[in-house]
Amino acid sequence: MGKRKGVESSIALADSAAMCRIEAIAAYPITPQTHIVEHLSEWVNDGHLEAEFVPVESEHSAMSAALGMSAVGARTFTATSSQGLALMHEILFIAPAMRLPVVMAVANRSLSGPISIWNDHSDIMTDRDIGWVQIFAENGQECFDLVPACFRVAEDKRVVLPTILNFDGFVVSHMIEPIEFWTQEQFDAYLPPFDPQIKLDVRKPVAMGAVGIPEIYYEARLAQQNALLNAKAVVVEAFAELEKMVGRKYNLVETYKADDADAILYLMGSLSETAMTAVDNLRKQGKKVGLVRPRLWRPFPTEELVAAFGNVPVVGVCDRALAFGHEHHMVAQEIRALFYDAPHRPKLVEFVIGLGGRDVTIGDMEHILNRLLEVKNGAPVGPVEYVGVRK
Amino acid sequence: MIEQYNVYAAKLLPPEELFASGHKACQGCAPALALRYLMKALGPNTIVCNATGCMEIVSSAYPDIAWGVPWIHVAFENAAAVASGVESGIKILQRKGKLAPGRINVVAIGGDGGTFDIGLQALSGMLERGHNAMYLCYDNEAYMNTGIQRSSGTPFGASTTTSPAGKAIPGQKTVKKDLLEIGVAHQIAYAATACTSYPFDFMEKVKKAFSYDGAKLIHILAPCPTGWRTNPGEVIKHGRLAVQTGMFPLYEVDHGRYKMSMDLPFLKPLKMYLSPQGRYRHLSEEQIAIIEANLKARYAKLQALCRITAEV
Amino acid sequence: MAKNPMELKWQEIPLGFVWHQPKSSLNNHTGSWRSERPIWDEQHCIRCGVCALFCPEACIRTDERGYFHADLDYCKGCSICAHECWTGCIKMKPEEA
Repeated sequence: MGKRKGVESSIALADSAAMCRIEAIAAYPITPQTHIVEHLSEWVNDGHLEAEFVPVESEHSAMSAALGMSAVGARTFTATSSQGLALMHEILFIAPAMRLPVVMAVANRSLSGPISIWNDHSDIMTDRDIGWVQIFAENGQECFDLVPACFRVAEDKRVVLPTILNFDGFVVSHMIEPIEFWTQEQFDAYLPPFDPQIKLDVRKPVAMGAVGIPEIYYEARLAQQNALLNAKAVVVEAFAELEKMVGRKYNLVETYKADDADAILYLMGSLSETAMTAVDNLRKQGKKVGLVRPRLWRPFPTEELVAAFGNVPVVGVCDRALAFGHEHHMVAQEIRALFYDAPHRPKLVEFVIGLGGRDVTIGDMEHILNRLLEVKNGAPVGPVEYVGVRK
Repeated sequence: MIEQYNVYAAKLLPPEELFASGHKACQGCAPALALRYLMKALGPNTIVCNATGCMEIVSSAYPDIAWGVPWIHVAFENAAAVASGVESGIKILQRKGKLAPGRINVVAIGGDGGTFDIGLQALSGMLERGHNAMYLCYDNEAYMNTGIQRSSGTPFGASTTTSPAGKAIPGQKTVKKDLLEIGVAHQIAYAATACTSYPFDFMEKVKKAFSYDGAKLIHILAPCPTGWRTNPGEVIKHGRLAVQTGMFPLYEVDHGRYKMSMDLPFLKPLKMYLSPQGRYRHLSEEQIAIIEANLKARYAKLQALCRITAEV
Repeated sequence: MAKNPMELKWQEIPLGFVWHQPKSSLNNHTGSWRSERPIWDEQHCIRCGVCALFCPEACIRTDERGYFHADLDYCKGCSICAHECWTGCIKMKPEEA
């Protein structure tokens, strides 16, 4: 077992990527992702990591260069946030179509405007449908543990898709916490060397990125969709092996006191730690509330979510970004869609919370959980509630 | 230039075509010729990173791939960034012993739109970081793939579908951006202009570029009969006239040292170049005089740069 | 015989839509675009090869006697060869309707 260190999550994440023996990095600085790429450039410049660090001139070029690196068969890593992710947008769609298993850490941050460096999920919600495997980490330990899991899934012969590790900007990225490091031997045992399934090789020329004429585009896109859907089983396997290696259990869907709950709150990212405290407080008052969070976001764990919600009569949904022009925001839309075909359809109460770094208190979470119980006891569901906004 | 060679020199080209027949370029496409010469100069140990554009579309429409070397296309504005990644990936894999040592030529290819305009930032990044790769801009002086819209590589006065020869505004209002000088400003190892009408000059420049480590840029004028509204059979003649009138001087900048590629005893009258082209048909005598004065000034400046830098 | 690439089902799409046959464009016979064909007059041909040099289709090759001819499977009839020929030995002849 590795050592336990008090370290910032970003640094631990970068250490984890380095210990995955990444070979190529293309990155551009953006707050709050910067500590990751700074630390990786230290690894490289100090001679501790045999890799090429390419400090590109934009995030668009970061993703483009990353695809070039991956296309010749190098294990490739990058990291970004917010506007950087938005600038990559065009290329993000091309990476999974070309089946290049780049891994990217995204420190989730609000999108302009107004410009805001603080945390919410408006960046990643915009890039929900890009075709990458997407996983959420909620604290520093999870960031450290899940980087090798991302590479393992991305490079698996049954997957071969780029993978994003999401975690909240500042709230997680800049938090210093005790993190148990794996040993290099554990990394090497968990993550085999990258064995590219396709590559640019002068001895065996191939064409990557050909034009998809109408006779073939549709089939190519459906092949990609099925590849992503099929990745779920490999994620399960990667999590199981991770547990065997270091003893920490990760699930496609994480639950907290949800089994016997009268009301369940569904949320994403680091808010869960605040919400758990609120759940505990309410439980002390005899109120049966619980939490459900997606660990794996894409491919969407439909069955696991339906099972996690069970027969609960009321579900609350927290959105951390707005779907402008729609009464139901993105996470709420997904959960509404989830229940359309489910055997049991609970009442759904929608909240927006914590936009642009707005503080989310235990009191806010208790308010939300109490609202769910009121609905359970017959109160009307009402429209989406914007928690914590001045009105 | 070809006059300087034995007429049979054409037969000395390597016979292998790594940019193959069956591509879907228009009749008389000089950019396709540029790629053919590029591949003759480089041979099979080459990886091509292609920007979206005419040459990407015509050479890779599924399932007809014209390339005989590894080829990658990602998007429009990022050929230089993709090439940066390919070059870096090769470097690390060779250093780690995962890839056999030896030179692999990495080339990024873009048209004038993909280079002068949307891809300029990525190009600057690749040149500034000094990747051991070459950027080839095949310049046909407008966005031909989308239907002949003006780019910042379109010359003053040229009529395109977004700089039409109107009564109020007769064609392109701006002068052609000087791409090579932008490249030179990055202090790269090698930069050169070329023209598809002078294939041996171009191929020698490609070979020279790859004799140096670091980033290199070649800007090749490649006439487009479709967009220039000319006879497809005359693209070689028109390219030659572009060079001989001084409209597109051939020169190289080798580690900062300028050198003209051809000694032209005099510049041919510009009208010889302009008049066969539909895109210039509307030009007034005044406009032609402006163009000619500009090109003479630029030509004189280049000659001066050759003299000055020869002494450095 | 490999399956017609236009008839692939989604399950049969190669990984990453990567195309593994270099120079497969040779299957695309662009000769059908042509309205005129180049004809060489061998009496005047000096076998210099300038026609082959400037052919954008890379379709002009020598026969066993060293004379040049266009591969009509690919020749699009652009007439560059006829314009560039030193001796003027190449004439463009309209294709029969």
